[in-house]
Amino acid sequence: MKYMMLICADESVVPSAAEQAEVPAATEAWVNEMDANGVHLMGNQLQPVQDATTVRVRDGEVLVADGPFAETKEQIAGFDVIDCSDLDQAIEVAARHPVARYGSIEVRPFWQP
Amino acid sequence: MTADIQAAVADAFRAEWGKVVATLIGMTGDWDLAEECAQEAFAQALKAWPRDGIPRRPGAWLTTVARNRALDRLRRGASEAAKLQQAAILTPHENTAGSDVDGEDIPDERLRLIFTCCHPALSLEARVALTLRTLAGLTTAEIARAFLTAEQTMAKRLVRAKQKIRNAGIPYRVPPAHLLPERTAGVLAVLYLLFNEGYTATTGTQLLRLDLCAEAIRLARALAGLMPDEPEAAALLALMLFHHSRRASRVNEAGNLVTLEEQDRSLWDRAEIAEGVSVLESAARRGLRGPYLVQAAIAQCHATAAAAADTDWALIADLYGSLAALVPSPVIDLNRAVAVGMADGPTAGLELVDRLAASGKLAGYYLLPATRADLLRRLGRHAQSAASYREALDLAVNDAERRYLERRLADAAQQR
Repeated sequence: MKYMMLICADESVVPSAAEQAEVPAATEAWVNEMDANGVHLMGNQLQPVQDATTVRVRDGEVLVADGPFAETKEQIAGFDVIDCSDLDQAIEVAARHPVARYGSIEVRPFWQP
Repeated sequence: MTADIQAAVADAFRAEWGKVVATLIGMTGDWDLAEECAQEAFAQALKAWPRDGIPRRPGAWLTTVARNRALDRLRRGASEAAKLQQAAILTPHENTAGSDVDGEDIPDERLRLIFTCCHPALSLEARVALTLRTLAGLTTAEIARAFLTAEQTMAKRLVRAKQKIRNAGIPYRVPPAHLLPERTAGVLAVLYLLFNEGYTATTGTQLLRLDLCAEAIRLARALAGLMPDEPEAAALLALMLFHHSRRASRVNEAGNLVTLEEQDRSLWDRAEIAEGVSVLESAARRGLRGPYLVQAAIAQCHATAAAAADTDWALIADLYGSLAALVPSPVIDLNRAVAVGMADGPTAGLELVDRLAASGKLAGYYLLPATRADLLRRLGRHAQSAASYREALDLAVNDAERRYLERRLADAAQQR
C-alpha cells in the first residue's frame, strides 16, 4: 500500500542549534535506509510557508494569495511517498524519521477507488 | 420452540459469535459481510436446531453456515474482487468438503480480531465500540445505550472505524513479537476501560451498568485463555473478578454508595473471589510483576479480608509503592496515602496527602479533598474535615458520590 507521509513541524518553534545541525544528516540517513529497503518511492523538503502561494478559482476568476491555505502553527515541511505492506509498517517507517522526535508525521493512505 | 433450544442458541451466541465473525473476517477480509453472515447463521440456528437437534459442535456448525452464506453472496456479486475472495474462502477448506460439519476443526481466530479492534490508529471510542460489536456481539443500539450516545452516532462511529481499517491498511493479525508488548497493553487498557465504564458511570444517575462489566469479564476471560503466556491478561481478569464480586454491596437500596469499610461482606460473590484468587495465583507463578498483577493483588487483599478490620493495610501500602514504581501516577500516590493512613495512623496518611496537594498534581480531583477530609475526621479535626468535604463536593460529578459526600459532610458538621 502506498502512503503519503506529511512531515509537519511547528515553524514558530526554532529547533536548538544541535538539532538543526543533526536533522539534515539524520534525514539523509533515513532516506538512504528506506531507499535501500525499497520502502521509499519519493520525497522532498519544502520551502517554508512564507514562500507559499495559494490559488483558488471562483466564478471563473483566478484568485492568488500570498501564504498557506490554512493558518496553523504546524506546517508541512516536507513529504515522502512510501510503499508498505500495511499501516504497522508505515508507522514504524514514520517513527524512524528524525522530525518525528520534535514535529509530527501524518501518515495518509493513497486513495483507492 | 422449546426453552432448551432457545437457551442453547443464546449460549452459542455468547460463546461463538466472536469466533464466527473472526473466522469470517479472516476468510473474506470484509467486516460487514462477516457480521451479516454471522447474524444469518444464528437466525438459521433458531430455525434448524428445533427441527434437527443441537449440533455436537455448535461453533463449527455456525461457522460453516456463515461461510456458505458468504460464498453465496460473493457468487451473486460475481465481480472480479468477489471471485478472488470466493477463491480465498474455498481454498483452505477444499479437502474437508463433504466431511461431517460437526467434526470440522475451526481454529479460534479471535486474537487477530481483538488486536485489530484495539489498534492504536483507531480512536479509543472506536476501539471500544468495535470490540463490543464484533467480539462480544452487542448490537449497535445496545452499545449506544451503554455509552449514553444516540444509536445513529454509534452506527456512524462503527462504520468509520471499519472504513479506516480497510482504507488505512490496518492489518488483521496478532502483532509480531517486537510490537506485541505495547499492543497487548493497549488491548488490556480497552478491556479495563470497558469494565470501569460499566462499574462507575462517570456521569449521570446510574452507578452500575452491570452488562458492560459482564461483557468485559467475558472478553478478559477469553483473552486470558487465548494468551496463556501473558500473565497480565490473567491478572486483568482476576482484577475485574475481585471488583465485580462486590457489586451487590457497593450501592444500597437508596442508590447510595457504600464504602468498602461499610459494605456487607456476606453479599460478596464468593465464587467470583475464589476464581479471582486461583486465576491470580497461576498468573503470579508465571513471573514478571506487571501493573495489573499488582492491582489484582491489592484487590485480593480487600476481597479476602473477612472483615474491614482484618485488611492487611501494610501489605496494600507496599503494593501501591510497587505500582507507583511501575506506572508513576499521583492517583496511585493518593491510594498509597490512604493505605498508609490505615496502617500507620491518620497523621502519617495526612502527611502524604498534604505533600501531594502541595505538588498541585491532583488539582480538581475530588478524591484528594475527600481523602483529606476522612483523615481529618479520624483525627477529630471536624471543622477542617467539613471544609475539605465541601471542597470535594464542589468537584464530584457522579450523583451517588455526591450523596455520599453530603452525608459525610452532615456528620462532620454535627461533630463540631
